[in-house]
Formats: sequence, structure tokens, C-alpha cells
Amino acid sequence: MSQTYRLASGGRIDRSKVLNFSFNGKTYQGYAGDTLAAALLANGVDIVGRSFKYSRPRGIIAAGTEEPNAILQIGSSEATQIPNVRATQQALYSGLVATSTNGWPNVNTDVMGILGKVGGSMMPPGFYYKTFMYPKSFWMTYEKYIRKAAGLGRAPLQNDPDSYDYMNQHCDVLIVGAGPAGLAAALAAARSGARVILADEQEEFGGTLLDTRETLDGKPAAEWVAAVVAELEALPDVTLLPRATVNGYHDHNFLTIHERLTDHLGDRAPIGQVRQRVHRVRANRVVLAAGAHERPLVYGNNDLPGNMLAGAVSTYVRRYGVAPGRKLVLSTNNDHAYRAALDWHDAGLQVVAIADARHNPRGSLVEEARAKGIRILTSSAVIESRGSKHVTGARVAAIDTQAHKVTSPGEWLDCDLVATSGGYSPVVHLASHLGGRPVWREDILGFVPGDAPQKRVCVGGINGVYPLADAIADGFEGGARAATEAGFKASVGNVPKTVARKEEATLALFQVPHDKGTARAPKQFVDQQNDVTAAAIELATREGFESVEHVKRYTALGFGTDQGKLGNINGLAIAARSLGIGIPQMGTTMFRPNYTPVTFGAVAGRHCGHLFEPVRFTALHAWHVKNGAEFEDVGQWKRPWYFPKAGEDIHAAVARECKAVRDSVGLLDASTLGKIDIQGPDAREFLNRIYTNAWTKLDVGKARYGLMCKEDGMVFDDGVTACVADNHFIMTTTTGGAARVLQWMELYLQTEWPELKVYFTSVTDHWATMTLSGPNSRKLLSELTDIDMDKEAFPFMTWKEGKVGGVPARVFRISFTGELSYEVNVQANYAMGVLEKIVEAGKKYNLTPYGTETMHVLRAEKGFIIVGQDTDGSMTADDLNMSWCVGRNKPYSWIGLRGMNREDVVRENRKQLVGLKPVDPNVWLPEGAQLVFDPKQPIPMDMVGHVTSSYASNSLGYSFAMGVVKGGLKRMGERVYSPQADGSVIEAEIVSSVFFDPKGERQNV
Amino acid sequence: MLHIFCPHCGELRSEEEFHASGQSHIARPLDPASCSDQEWGEYMFFRDNPRGIHHELWDHVAGCRQYFNVTRDTVTYEILETYKIGEKPQVTAADKQEAAPVIAKGQGEKV
Amino acid sequence: MQRYSGFGLFKHSLSHHENWQRMWRTPTPKKVYDVIIVGGGGHGLATAYYLAKEHGITNVAVIEKGYLGGGNTARNTTIVRSNYLWDESAHLYEHAMKLWEGLSQDLNYNVMFSQRGVYNLCHTLQDIRDSERRVSANRLNGVDGELLNTAQVAAEIPYLDCSKNTRYPILGATVQRRGGVARHDAVAWGFARAADALGVDLIQQTEVTGFRKENGAVIGVETNKGFIGAKRVGVVTAGNSGHMAKLAGFRLPLESHPLQALVSEPIKPIIDSVIMSNAVHGYISQSDKGDLVIGAGIDGWVGYGQRGSYPVIEHTLQAIVEMFPNLSRVRMNRQWGGIVDTSPDACPIISKTPVKNLFFNCGWGTGGFKATPGSGNVFAASLAKGEMHPLAAPFSMDRFYNGALIDEHGAAAVAH
Repeated sequence: MSQTYRLASGGRIDRSKVLNFSFNGKTYQGYAGDTLAAALLANGVDIVGRSFKYSRPRGIIAAGTEEPNAILQIGSSEATQIPNVRATQQALYSGLVATSTNGWPNVNTDVMGILGKVGGSMMPPGFYYKTFMYPKSFWMTYEKYIRKAAGLGRAPLQNDPDSYDYMNQHCDVLIVGAGPAGLAAALAAARSGARVILADEQEEFGGTLLDTRETLDGKPAAEWVAAVVAELEALPDVTLLPRATVNGYHDHNFLTIHERLTDHLGDRAPIGQVRQRVHRVRANRVVLAAGAHERPLVYGNNDLPGNMLAGAVSTYVRRYGVAPGRKLVLSTNNDHAYRAALDWHDAGLQVVAIADARHNPRGSLVEEARAKGIRILTSSAVIESRGSKHVTGARVAAIDTQAHKVTSPGEWLDCDLVATSGGYSPVVHLASHLGGRPVWREDILGFVPGDAPQKRVCVGGINGVYPLADAIADGFEGGARAATEAGFKASVGNVPKTVARKEEATLALFQVPHDKGTARAPKQFVDQQNDVTAAAIELATREGFESVEHVKRYTALGFGTDQGKLGNINGLAIAARSLGIGIPQMGTTMFRPNYTPVTFGAVAGRHCGHLFEPVRFTALHAWHVKNGAEFEDVGQWKRPWYFPKAGEDIHAAVARECKAVRDSVGLLDASTLGKIDIQGPDAREFLNRIYTNAWTKLDVGKARYGLMCKEDGMVFDDGVTACVADNHFIMTTTTGGAARVLQWMELYLQTEWPELKVYFTSVTDHWATMTLSGPNSRKLLSELTDIDMDKEAFPFMTWKEGKVGGVPARVFRISFTGELSYEVNVQANYAMGVLEKIVEAGKKYNLTPYGTETMHVLRAEKGFIIVGQDTDGSMTADDLNMSWCVGRNKPYSWIGLRGMNREDVVRENRKQLVGLKPVDPNVWLPEGAQLVFDPKQPIPMDMVGHVTSSYASNSLGYSFAMGVVKGGLKRMGERVYSPQADGSVIEAEIVSSVFFDPKGERQNV
Repeated sequence: MLHIFCPHCGELRSEEEFHASGQSHIARPLDPASCSDQEWGEYMFFRDNPRGIHHELWDHVAGCRQYFNVTRDTVTYEILETYKIGEKPQVTAADKQEAAPVIAKGQGEKV
Repeated sequence: MQRYSGFGLFKHSLSHHENWQRMWRTPTPKKVYDVIIVGGGGHGLATAYYLAKEHGITNVAVIEKGYLGGGNTARNTTIVRSNYLWDESAHLYEHAMKLWEGLSQDLNYNVMFSQRGVYNLCHTLQDIRDSERRVSANRLNGVDGELLNTAQVAAEIPYLDCSKNTRYPILGATVQRRGGVARHDAVAWGFARAADALGVDLIQQTEVTGFRKENGAVIGVETNKGFIGAKRVGVVTAGNSGHMAKLAGFRLPLESHPLQALVSEPIKPIIDSVIMSNAVHGYISQSDKGDLVIGAGIDGWVGYGQRGSYPVIEHTLQAIVEMFPNLSRVRMNRQWGGIVDTSPDACPIISKTPVKNLFFNCGWGTGGFKATPGSGNVFAASLAKGEMHPLAAPFSMDRFYNGALIDEHGAAAVAH
């Protein structure tokens, strides 16, 4: 199909590069340099979608970020689907596949549209709050259909094949927007030697200069742009980021830029390239040169395809060489928009008329239009357009803007394009992200950035500085100021010469009156994406929604993917008029990031899949993998869970591992336990203050188990600490608790007891720890070490230094299994070699590697707790039956002592840790299962505790568990019951939590 | 994202390197045993939680691992000063109007 | 009160919707009220409604410094569930759940309560233990809950990555099928309209600047528009509770933190339930409009700015992409923050205070929205009788002195 609406010449497109693309299944052609929107218009495609509530046909209305209608699905394969792409911002590429997001069976013949016409009248704002309530059970069904109708595009159903990243950037001056003011600011800042980042959302720098009819120094403005960009490119400390939207202005001058690196090339990034990137920028100074958005006038049927912003008309004609129609009517309240009519006229197209709401406009551009013979109707506006799928006519009538009335019947003008301009709204979004409320300026009829503590400068259109020369001058001045404030010597540049014009003020007009009144007039759309009409806003205020936030929330005004860039100011002006208050009293809604939507993947960067969070491996990990371990996630660590042999499930493997430890010897990688090296003359005193038990008498060479509590007296970590020298200890913590214990110790040392001379170093990763446990552990280790392993020479709860497997080692004789055990610590880099020697020597003892599951079983048989599993932050040492570990008479009031003496904490009948023995030895109590004394009571039941650990034990010959039970320590021998989801009840006896070798004879050998 | 001047490192660093640890200048009672349950509860849990000037403890966890104090406005999030443990704040809620420096210590340097 | 129905909509469409009544009046404050509620959010409005409806106390004012439902009610991610661990909280939230189940009809206002099911994913063995513990407790408390294995999770939640190829593979999930979402604004407006109809004065744009006391008892509130007397005052000002307490002359065991959330652009239905993961730290649902509604953890510092720091958003989206890799190409439309008053045990404070006749309802942390009707209901009963409702009693401030905390940290999908 030929490009019927392509002008014969002009535009910044490359007519030698024809690009094929498809829209709704049909193939079209466009040119390199087109946006998708421009290419669609060139091909005469007018309906790009259907509105979601009323199913009305919708066309392209804008040429940039403010476009609410041309929101398309892009993607040539399932995995590369991209929902909700704004066609006005999507560069055309060869092979682009686009479809509309709503409309059935298609956008041109849409069945829902009929429904929308009939049912639309029953869908005022908030209609869903007023209905679908009866019968009660039907809401979920109603909702299903509402959900189906809502939403724009669709997410891919396959995983994203592309990768993304983010990058930290630092600069002296970040300039947002590369229009006339931004380019000037960048030049002024960059020339001073400052590190400058210049970012702009468009495909190329220049902003409005790329399609303006204005000249600079007598030459097309684009030539000035090219010169400036060339100069910036040549400077070493300047980063130029086109296709990069500054989306969020966060605290302390931290801004995020969303750069689309390959979206102009295809829906999938070329192999080896990153699709999008987020720049996380910390800027010393920020220059906001975001410009202004033209706002429309709101009138009847203003959503019909063929209604367009005046500035967009100019952009399509001048930048893309596309005429989005043949016969133009312009409706305006300002001088600037006359450019659209002049551009149209210059392109050899027919301007039917200009309706100017002002009484007697005499600005330079107005006179220029008059001189060209264009018909100008003053005190008039387009009050409605008509047509079934495209504009065929516009009704222009005289209006009284003060009285908000139509004062003449008006006339219908034949046309196929209505251009509209209601003035300009500075793009205050970024300036307002941090809560600085925008300020209304009556002279420009727009909100400008309010005061904010951020170190930023606003230049150009965002300040309401619209004339080209003024905007460039403002940019130079602002850029120089920003660089100066950042510590550079900066000066302003030369402002190129522009044509001086007389420009008259804009008339305050936001909604064009209609002779039928707002409620009965043809629909006057304010927010086209959400089908919010002027009548809806009036209704909202009538129903009592008076705050701007209420109006927004009740009508959905500004909730769309354009976040109200097009119509929000119109909307709040309409609400203000309806409430009889001024626009400044009405105020704006909150501006929040993002300025335009940002891909989830780009925000996530590389941190997904296996890189979601760092993985910590022990020095022996490769050996575990080689030996078939299954792994458990503990904190960030991968710990071997169990080592299944061929054909074994977890139960069989754990049974075998347990037996091997009890019968001979097993090997556990205990490297993940936190290890903190504590040194200093006050080390011992420090331990006394942060452990519940006493450390004064722990001799060099000895080790002791300790409990830690928070100030509330609740246990929060535990572990063994060994005395290396009188001023030197090695502390172990739980695997998951290592970092927080260290941080907590530092907190007390630095803020409470700075007088103590003690220093902490995390050495978790420096040492690898191999635990040999079982009756043969001594024999095995003896073969590999020069340490005297004699029972008397190396007693329980002591440690020795020596060599194991030929390398320096610290060996601790401590036990978490109840068996004779040795923890061998060697420098992590030697660990694999030592392990191999141990394994080799261990063959004759059936040395069996075991994982966390077996460790859990073996320790539970001994009644040893695991903090975090058997405790939950609400258990004291007494609750755990560990009063033996509490030094109540220590001189210093250690952390936790006062807390454990509070009224509720010393209460009788607290939940206490006990052993639980199911009456049926083959039944396993689920871990977590709640316990009751009376299983026959009605629901809600009186729960008295729960199971914390539970295992089918092999050494014992019956299943067993640990759990907490109210007053459990005084209830030995009594029964508790656990009602299960299937209706069954598990009965268990309360017993001592030490099931195995209660006298501790097995390790005492 | 906050930009915090670590008084130990002498540099402005991004919030990601730090950990916020709540209100500062809460001294642990010297004789906990003499505290009533109420007094102990106040010490552990009750906080000023002000809307405005807040003196708070931060930990440079991914840096020097030192704790220090920050005076920050909890409404605007402006950091008015940072200072070491044991030092007194220069800016307090009472004298904010007069004393609050517009530029925090260390700000304005290269970032 | 003008009754809402489908027929009513039809009738009004004939007159171009020009005759709808106001949803609530804009009354001039009286000199004195039986009860003043400070804070016109969901909880405050619900309190006023139940005071009027269930206790016949209609001489009530709700004083709101901004607009109704404009605080956390307008900023939350609308999740409703009652599957809390401890008896005290389970009973309170289940009380709310039962009210949710008839709320639209009770208020004659469709709050769009949608029982789509709430899933909490388990990624570690300890998650499984904790989940079994919670589900078991829920069941015996009369709260529905199930523990699913990985295969069941995969079958019920399409596109969730249940493979072993993730950083923290999914080992199972709990589900509360009665849980779901509701339309947050509608809850505030529905309660406001119904309370107004019963005679409650809703006074907006009026800020309470102090409490007037006599003999240790409150007798009214100072506002920027003058003094208003009251026999009892209930303060329900989430996000500003600490500030209100300061005005009343005491402190609370609270810190106010930013809590952030975000929405995607609207897309066609793809997430049919609420999915939360404590371990990878994010949760997601999809609104009826099509937005993916995504929650993040709180920022670790006190902040009243209704915004937090960007890395929290980053981490949350990393979690979402980790759970649903196919959503990587969907785009984030908007992010925002609320102010949550976090208590040391992640449970609310519904309590008398050191000032007689002054009651506080605060500290809901990240979990306030789901409790709205229940919170209002028990607070209304407490204000009416001057004694705490039995369901509210365990949430007294005393627990921070005597140690009887109700530690629900495991119950929230975000870290405190």
C-alpha cells in the first residue's frame, strides 16, 4: 500500500530506506526516521485502538509522551511481546509487528462499540461502586468480565530472552532534555570542564528545534542543533544519552535514566547487546529543561480520529513529511498554535479555518495567517466534531468564555483534521517528584516548578519561558549557573539570532462550552485513555468529591499510561470551575516517578535468575557437588542437605548417614557457621556482657557454649566460643545470624561501651570447618595430625593447634551430635586438599559425608536446639530449659537479664521446650503442627504449643519431636494432641527433650 | 536514595552502603535492675519518632563498619549534619530555624 | 441515603446523571460531640460508622486534615487476608474478614471485595515449617488455610517460576482462599457515605493541632479552625500517630517508616490471585483495571515524606522478575510511598492512653488495610463502652512494658 498521506518532500526521514512493518496483520511501508505513529498516519491508518470503557474508535492525537490512544502491542514472537508501546515514541524498524490492544473482532468493526454506545450512558464515573452488589455471590462473576475488558496490551507468556543492566553514574551537571534550553545549558556547563550528562527521551537531540519553522542565525534550527551536538561530542567529559528518559528525581539529587539501547532496532536486542539500561545518577547539580506540553481544548467528540494537537500536526508535517489529513480546522486560544496552520498551508494543504477563542488576536503569527488568506473566526472555537470513524466536519461557534456559553449556532465546516491548542503546560513532573508543589502562574496559564531543597536549576519551557531566543538564553544562563555552583568557572554562550515576533497572551480556556451543557453534550473527553469526560468530572464534584485527589480517584483522571500529560490540567480546571474555585486552590495531584513507564527488567538489571542474590559456597562445594549432594538454602549459603546414593530418597539417605555417624564416623561441612575473631584486653568482659553465661573463668585452650539474648531477654543466637589467649577469642554463630551478630556486637561496643578495648573481625570465609563425628573420629583424625589426640590430653570442650593433613589447623573437640567429635578448621584455601586426605584415610572407617538434615536429626536426639527453628524470638533461656546457661549473678547486667525478668516473661505456664514422643512410633508429627490438650473441643481451639523439630529416628527406633508446650516442663508424661488437616489426631507424650544418651557417655570416651 | 557523609571515612556515600539503626542518644540504663518494667519498656521500645529533626544512628555496614549519628529532617529527608558517637548534634529541633545549614557537612564536594 | 443499584444507574442515565446526590455533607462542626474520631481514613470512618450503627452513638465527628481516605487508605496495595499466626491477631483479622464478606451489601457500596486467594510462597525448609505452623494454627482458629507443595503451586499459579533454576526455588506455599483484594478508595467512601447517612459529621480539611485536657482527661481537640469539644476522642491517624501522641503528651512504641509500592501499566489479566514471597521479598496482584500492583519492603529509617529510596523499588522488581520471568517486559508506570507506623511486634496498638477518655488505634504497620472493618468495629465498641473490646484488649500498650508481645513479624510479606 502506498503512503497516501506522505508529503512529496520534507521531513527528517530517509526516503531511500523503505521499511516494511505490519499493523493489525496488514503490511505497510514507512521510512527510516519515522516513528510508528508517523508511518501509520502516512498510510492513512486512522483508528489505532478502541477506548476501554465505551469502545469508541481512537486515533493518534499527539506526537510524543502525552499520547493517550496509540498504545500498541509490539512483538514478532511470543517471548518478545512488548505491551503498551506508545506509537509516537517508537522508532520504526524493518519487520516491526504491531497490533491494537482493544477491539473485537477488530478496531474498525468493533462489536463492543455498539455496547459502548448503548451501555455507555449507564457508566458514569464510579458506576461500579453503585452496582454489581446483588446477589452477593455474583461479584466474582461480574468481576471476571470487568477484568477481561480492562487492561491494554498483554504480557508475554514466555520468558524474556533479553538482558538488561544498570550502571552507576556520577556527574557535576545532569541536564534533562535536549531541546533548545537543554542544549544551551549543556554547552555552557560542558565548556566549563564539568562532567556533564545530557539525556533526552527522543531518538535524536533537538526537541522542538527538529520541526520548528523558526530559524537560528537565519539558518534552519536543526543546523544549530547539529553544531551544538558536534561540539558536545568532542568534549571528553560529556556523556550524551539519546533515547534515554530521566524518569525519577529522587532524594539528594539521585536520578534514574531509562535508556533504550536497541528498541529502535527490533523487539529483541541483537545478540550480545543489552536491551535497556538504567543509569543511576548522582548529580551535583541538575538542570531541568523538560520543556512544556501543549494541552488540548476539550470539546464534543474530541476523541474522534482526526482530532490532533496543533503542535503534533506541525511535527508530523515538518519532521516526518506526513500530512495527517487534507483539510484542516484549527481551534486555538493562543498565538503559538498558528504555526500548525502556517505549516499546513506551506505544505500546500488546505486550511479551512482557524477558530480563535480570543476577541481580537493581533499577534505576528495571526497576521501572517491573515496575510496568507486563511479564514480566522474570532471569539470562536470548535465545539464539537463529527464523523463515524474519522472526522468529517467540525462545528465552529462563537463562545463566551467568561459565562462558559455558546453564543451563536455556529456552522459545520467540512474537514478531516481538527487541530487544537489550549495553551502549554510546563513539564513539572521531575521537579515535583520530591513533593515540591507546582505553582500556578496566571500570566502563562500553567503550573511551574515550586520551591524545592534540591540542587537544581529549571530552564526554558519548564519555567514558562517559551520564545525561542529566551529559552536558549535561559538555558545558557542556567547551565552556567549549575556548573558554577558545582565548582567550575562557567560563562554563557552566544544566543543565535531569531526572528522577533509580537506574541499575545493565551486566553484561559480549558473546556469549550457546548449549547447542550456538559452533561448532555456529545462526550467531551479529558482523559482519553480512561474515558474520562468533562461531564464525569462535573458529576464527581456534584457527588461531593472536592479535592483534586478525590476527583482523580473517583473518575480515574490521569491514571493511564500517559499519567494525564495530555488532559490533567484541563481536568482540574473543569473541576475548579465546577466547584467555583480557582485553579491554584484546586492544585495538582502528586507527581510520582516514573515520568514515562520503565521496563521491569531494566530496573531489575542483572539481578535475576541465579544472580538474583549472591550465592555463598564453602571451600568444599565442588566436592559436595561431585559426591551428589542435594543442597539447602541457608541464608545466602548453599549447604549440603544430604548425600543420596543411587536409588536413595532423602529418608533412606538420612537413615544411612545417621547410622554411619552413630556406628563409625561421619563428615560434615560446618564452614558456614559464623566465625568472629575477638581480640583486645577487654574481650572477656565483652563476652560477659553479651552472652547470658559467664566467661570470666574460661581458660586458654578451652571452649564454651553460649546463648545470646536481645534486651528483651529472648534468645537470638548461640554458638561455641573458644579462648585462644586471655585477650583473644574465636566466636561461632549460627549460619544465618553471623552478620547480624557482628553488627549487634559492634553496636554495643561503639555506642554503649566505647571504653572497652576489643576488636571484632569476621573470619567466616577465612576458615573452612570439617566436623568429624562418631566413635571412630579420634582414630581417623589421629592418622592425619600431629596433635596429641589422647583422651586426657585433648578433653571435651577444648581446642588444640597443630597440623592436619600437613597444614596448620585448629581442632575443637566439641559435639553437636552427642558423639565423639572434632571440628577441624583450616585455612579455606587448603581445605580441599585436607578434605581429600581425610576422605582417603576415612575409607576404612566407612567415613560418610552427611548434610544438614542428618545433623538436625542427630542433634535433636540429644535435645540440642537450633536457634530459629526451635526458637522464634519469643523464647527465653528458661523457656528452652536452658537455665543452666544463664549467669544470673554476673556482676554486669548483661544484655537480656533485665528483659527476662519482666512480668509476662517470668509468668508461670509459658510455652516451654520439651520432647514429644508420638504414641504411635511410626507416626511423624509435622514440623509446625499445633498442639492442644483436648482434641475434641470446638473451633477455635485452645492451642498450647507447636512442634518445632520432628524426625523419624533410626537410633531410637521411634519417631520423635521437640516442641513447645504451655507449662510443658511440669507436664512430663502427660499427653498432647495435634489435630491434622485430614481430621486425624496425632497423640504424643510429653517427655524430656534429651532422647539419646542422656548421660553424655558417648562423647566421653 | 540518600547521600550520607560518613564522618569516619570522610566521604559522601550512597545509602546502600549504610544501615539505619533508629533513634540515637538512647543510653542504656546504667543499672537495669533498678528499672521498673515500665522504664525498661520505655528504653527498649518507645521512641520520639518526630516529624522534623531526628537524630539517628547509622552504621556504615558496607564501608568502615562504624556507627555514627545523622541529624535528618524526616519530612524533607535533608541531612543537616553527621557526627561521631559521643559527639553532640549541632542542629536540634529547638534551634533548627537559626542553625540549620543549607549545605550539609561534606556536601558540595565531588560526587 | 440515596440507594445504589443497577436500576438506579439506569434511571439516572435518563436524566444524564444530573441528579445524583452528594455522598456526604460538608457540615459545620458542632460545639461538642459525644465522640470525635481524629483521622478520616478507612479505620476512622469505619469506627464512626459502627459507633452510629451498632452503638447508636450518632453525635460523632470525624476530623480529617486532608481529604477522606487520603492517607494510607489511598496508598496501600489492597490485600485482605486473616491468616495470622497468633491467636490474638488471627481473631482480630478474622473478625475483619467476616465483616469484609458482607461489606458491600452492608454499606450499599461496592467495595469490590474479591476473594481471589492469597498465596505465601515458601523458599526454604524453615519457610515450610513456619507455614505449617501458621496454617495449622489458622485451621484450629477457624481461619481457612492450606499448605501446598510445589506441584500444586505450579498448577494454581501460571507463569510462576516453580523450577529449580531460580536462586531460591519454591518449595511450596500456603493459600488462604478467602483472602483477596478490595478497592481501597471505595472502602473509605463507602464507610463515609454510610456514616454520614447515620448522622456522623465528616469534617475535612481540618487539622487537629492539640488536645485540650482537664484533670488528666481529654475534653476536646484544638484544630486549625477552632476548638471542638468531645466526651471521648479516638485517634486513628496512621502515619502520624507518633505526632498525635506528642500533641497529647506521651510517646508511643512506634517508628514511622516509608512503605513503597508500584503499579505496572494496565495489561490483560495474567495474575489471578495475590502472591507474596517473604524470602525473595515482593508481592503482586492484578487490579481490575489491569495494573499489576506490587509491594515492596519498608525503608529502614523514619520518614514522613510519603516516599522512600529507589533501591527498595529495584529489589522488589528483582523479586517479581525472579518469580515471574515473563513479566520482565512489562513496565512500571508509577511508584509511591505511604507512611507506616511500625510497632516492635508488628501488631497494632488499640489502647487506652495515659490521658483519660483518649484512645489510640495505631501501629498497624504494613497490615492495616485488611483490618479496616474489624479495626473500626472493635474500636467503636471500645469507644462506646469506655472499655476495650475483648478482641482489642490484647493489643494494649501495656504489652510493651510487661513483655506480652504478639510477634507477627513472620506474618508480613515485608521485613520490618
